[in-house]
Amino acid sequence: MTTDVQSAVKPAVPRPNTYKKSRAIAAEPEIPNMEKTQHALKAQAKNLNFYYGGTVQALKSINLDLAEKHVTALIGPSGCGKSTFLRCFNRMHDLYPNNRYDGEILIHPDNINILGAKVDPIEVRMRISMVFQKPNPFPKSIYENVAYGLRVRGVKRRSMVDDKVEEALRGAALWDEAKDRLQDLAFNLSGGQQQRLCIARALATDPEILLFDEPTSALDPIATASIEELIAELKEKLTILIVTHNMQQAARVSDFTAFMHLGELVEFGDTNTIFTNPTNKRTEDYITGRYG
Amino acid sequence: MSNITDPKITAIRALIVKHKRWDQVFAIIGLLSMMVGVVTLIALFIDLLIDGSGRLTWQFFTSFPSRHADQAGILSSWVGTILVMLVTALSGVPLGIAAGIYLEEYASRNWITDLIEINVTNLAGVPSIIYGLLALGLFVYQFDFGESVLTAGLTLGLLILPVVIVGTREAIRSIPSSIREGAYAVGATKWQTIRDHVLPYSTAGIMTGVIIGMARAIGETAPIITIGALTFIAFLPPSPVTSQFPFLSFDWLMAPFTVLPIQMFSWVSRPQVAFLDNAAAAGVVIIVMTLAMNALAIVIRYRFRKRIKW
Repeated sequence: MTTDVQSAVKPAVPRPNTYKKSRAIAAEPEIPNMEKTQHALKAQAKNLNFYYGGTVQALKSINLDLAEKHVTALIGPSGCGKSTFLRCFNRMHDLYPNNRYDGEILIHPDNINILGAKVDPIEVRMRISMVFQKPNPFPKSIYENVAYGLRVRGVKRRSMVDDKVEEALRGAALWDEAKDRLQDLAFNLSGGQQQRLCIARALATDPEILLFDEPTSALDPIATASIEELIAELKEKLTILIVTHNMQQAARVSDFTAFMHLGELVEFGDTNTIFTNPTNKRTEDYITGRYG
Repeated sequence: MSNITDPKITAIRALIVKHKRWDQVFAIIGLLSMMVGVVTLIALFIDLLIDGSGRLTWQFFTSFPSRHADQAGILSSWVGTILVMLVTALSGVPLGIAAGIYLEEYASRNWITDLIEINVTNLAGVPSIIYGLLALGLFVYQFDFGESVLTAGLTLGLLILPVVIVGTREAIRSIPSSIREGAYAVGATKWQTIRDHVLPYSTAGIMTGVIIGMARAIGETAPIITIGALTFIAFLPPSPVTSQFPFLSFDWLMAPFTVLPIQMFSWVSRPQVAFLDNAAAAGVVIIVMTLAMNALAIVIRYRFRKRIKW
């Protein structure tokens, strides 16, 4: 771990705590939540509402806990708000006008509400990185793609960038395929390799949470398997939140699963329980393929 | 396969034949329409070439205008054209690109930006002589730049501004949002995203807009006449490079000048037939310069596109 990057990623000075005790108690989730005692918490969504263009409500009072160094999967039919929810975590909605958040997402251990008005979205994105549905490498070399997060943080030392690029490419299981062609254009990689490159790009800056938005929906089954394998390895080091359309995938890769429907979080719990013994009728119908 | 033809199929075939006749009719109309444009242009160019070819000699490019048609040349006007284009590019291009980036990336969407957007597009259609009048009032009288290279360059800079702005915006807009989101997702600021991604990937499109604007400016006559450019210039502006410190001189900016279209115009209006050949030769030079710029735009677009596929 290089100290320079670390300090750039994690604010050295604790920020003012925007966590409001009274509100948190009032917003205690009514739906069954994970047993808080067993896992360290990395993030908590509390009573989160989200409005596209300020008027169209896409998320309704979402409460969800993310366990540290575990994989949490979001499943649900198209248009249920799972991607919208995921994108709240790195403030992607701020890029488009008039979108409005209401509620909190707290990041632990520093207890910052990343949706707070005083929190810069860029700071949030420096701590929480994202991998998109379609591989979106920059039209630059493989090396520059991975190094971009470091460049943005002002890391100049060649040797340090080299080290981080290698570490990230190894972390994304792409090093062996890419080490001899680091200066090649990223577009020359296959779809699966491009997606792993995007994962490497996200890893290079040591994020605390990695968001995956249907990362395998544009990939063939073999590339999908390699990404799933990778996710299982990555959770040793960081917290993962993944949106997936594919229920088998959720069952394979995740520790916890949340089922969303029409902007609401219907059921959340241990992946095993959700898939074998769901308590909610809607969850059961979705999982057994009655709609979706 | 049976040999018996169903009456239904016969009817369908007759219908297809009837409908296809319209295909042929339109193909002919379209071909004729296209020929009107293309053949006329080619005929014009060949006519210019035939008239002017006798004058397209080295001497023509290295001589000043003269009372004698066979001694007259375009030295002062092609140098003037290049200097004016230089000022045009240096003033119009940075302003246009910056304005395009601002409108596309920074400006919030409301009725004011909508209004600006409509007006920028409309500005591209304003007759160039209006720009000349504006420049006469602003640059010549108000700022006292005189009938100089600077005035002409700034005038044409204003003229190409809307073209560059629209070109820049279109180029920027063609970059998929997934690329921007990719940059923002690793923590880039808006400016970092623009500097590292938006601008580099839209260079080809922006350059195309710039060159199309320049190609329009190079042939402009009306605004240059309006600001009072001279038609008979038998000297060159002071050299931008000097032998004394600081080796650079900007006196040429304030020098009187002429440009190729004006030289051509002045020759056309002379009574002697010999000058018409000179005008034709100057016309050939302008067309070749314009075509060369357009060719450059195509080459740039092709070379950048080859590297980038979304």
